[in-house]
Formats: sequence, C-alpha cells, structure tokens
Amino acid sequence: MHFAIGDFVLDLIQNSVEAGSSLIEVDIDEAMNGVYVCIADNGCGMSPDEIDRAFDPLKNSAVKHPGRKAGFGLPFIKQAVEQAYGSFKISSEKGKGTKVYFSFPKSSIDSPPLGDVSELFMNALNMVGASELILRRKRSSDGLSYEVKKSELVEAVGDLTSASSLSLVKQYLASQEE
Amino acid sequence: MAKMTLDQLRALRAQKQEELETRNVEGKDIQVIVGMGTCGIAAGAKQTFDAIVAAIEKHKLANKVVVRQTGCMGLCYVEPTVEVIMPDMPPVIYGKMTSDVAEELVVKHLVEHSLLDNHIFDKPAIDIVKR
Repeated sequence: MHFAIGDFVLDLIQNSVEAGSSLIEVDIDEAMNGVYVCIADNGCGMSPDEIDRAFDPLKNSAVKHPGRKAGFGLPFIKQAVEQAYGSFKISSEKGKGTKVYFSFPKSSIDSPPLGDVSELFMNALNMVGASELILRRKRSSDGLSYEVKKSELVEAVGDLTSASSLSLVKQYLASQEE
Repeated sequence: MAKMTLDQLRALRAQKQEELETRNVEGKDIQVIVGMGTCGIAAGAKQTFDAIVAAIEKHKLANKVVVRQTGCMGLCYVEPTVEVIMPDMPPVIYGKMTSDVAEELVVKHLVEHSLLDNHIFDKPAIDIVKR
C-alpha cells in the first residue's frame, strides 16, 4: 500500500500515460476539510466491464504485461479511500478517456499525508508518453495556487529526461510551493 | 524564496548552460531508469528518483545523464529497482535502491565504474521480457 496521497496520484498518472493519452490534467486541492484530487485523461478509456476488472487486483486485463494479471493501482486507492471514509468516483468512456476523482477527509485518522507535491510533479513531468500534462495545485490554508504545463517547461528548459533539466525543474517546482 | 517565473527559469537554464559548456563532455551517454510501477512507488521509488537527480547534480554529471522512468520490471520483491546503461559497463538492474543508496549508485557506478555488489538483480523477470 502506498504511503502518501502523492504516491496514489503518480500511480494513476502512470496509468493515464500507459493509456496513450495526449492530454492529462491533474488537480490537487488541499482544502481546509481534506484533500481533493482529480485526474482526467483522453486516453483509450475503459468499457464498464474493463472498469470492473481494473478493480480486481488479480483479474486485470493484462495489457501491459501479457501473461501477468496482477494490477494494484486502482484497488489500492479505492481501499485507502474506503478506509478513511473519503470519496471515490471513476468515469470512463471507451476511446474517449478516463476521469478519476477521489478525496480524503482531514477528520479521518486513516487519511494518508499528502506528501511532497513538488517531488510528485517532477516525477510526473519526467514520464514519457503524454504530450501535454497540466498540473494544478491549490492550498486553502495560505491561498497557494499555481499551474504547471509540461509544454511550457519543455520550451523553457528542454527535454525533461535530462538530469540537468530535471534539477532546474525541481528548483522551479520547489519555488512554486513557497 | 519567491515563486520563480518561467522567464527566470529560462535565465537560470542559460546560466547553467554556460557553466556546463565550460566542462569537457561528450554528450548524454548514461541512462538511469527508475522502475515506477505500483510496486516501485510503494517502496519509495519517487524518493529514490529525487535523490538520484540530486546526486547527479552534486557530482556534476547532469549534462551526461538521462533519467527516465519505467513501469514494473517484474522484480517487485526488491523494489525500488534502477537500471543503469552506460558505455564500458554491462547494463545492470539494481534492486533495493532506496533513496539512501542513490549517492552510492552515482559515485560507484557512474563515476568509478564499479558495481554495487549487494544490489545486482541482473535483468527483468522472465514474464516481463518479450520472448
């Protein structure tokens, strides 16, 4: 099981990348009463039957690794949300994309910590595949709000797999959290 | 520190670029690939990735290295896993690469060209490799 909310988010972004999305939008809203997350992509999407299977950790469709049927990403997040009495919703349309929404209430002791958001964003931006990734972050306690677009960062520092670009992006993201 | 703007980021890049050009390098020929599947993330691969990027910067190798992510390499029992591909060294998959081993990886493998004996797990699991 993942430790922080950011780990679940990265796992779901990885799913979106592997679904062949050209646009992934991630919203993380740290409100006073809890953390609200939405991940929307325009990837291959899932049929209702495929969604059902995605929630069974041992009966996945095995597209990623033929011959292997285990897949724990979505089952993990659903279990964690249920444990903390949060909310979870997934909507998906074959050929159009998938939207996953979940939240963890602050009042529940079982809600995981949010984790390091700039570290999460740096990892997400490093993933190959999605041509555009838009990351939005809000924090109510101090009014923090910013948006990061992968295309803008690529234009500013170059390829995001190069270690030199990554360390610049790391500094940039850390400054956004100030 | 105030919020950096994209223009400031561009300026910082230009400044770094100048610094890098003064060093004699032959191009990006080292690949470090971090396994970022569900198993990797659960074992702390995100922190490992961060630590590797920091260690590469610290040892002034940033302009020679490409850092990528991949999904599960089938070695879930020794996550986080990191694959290193570079000239004059065999391609190696390392396991149990928690963030505290990141610097050792950079110093030993990337700088000194020696292997981290206790972390070698050879290649991806047989059901992951295409036959």
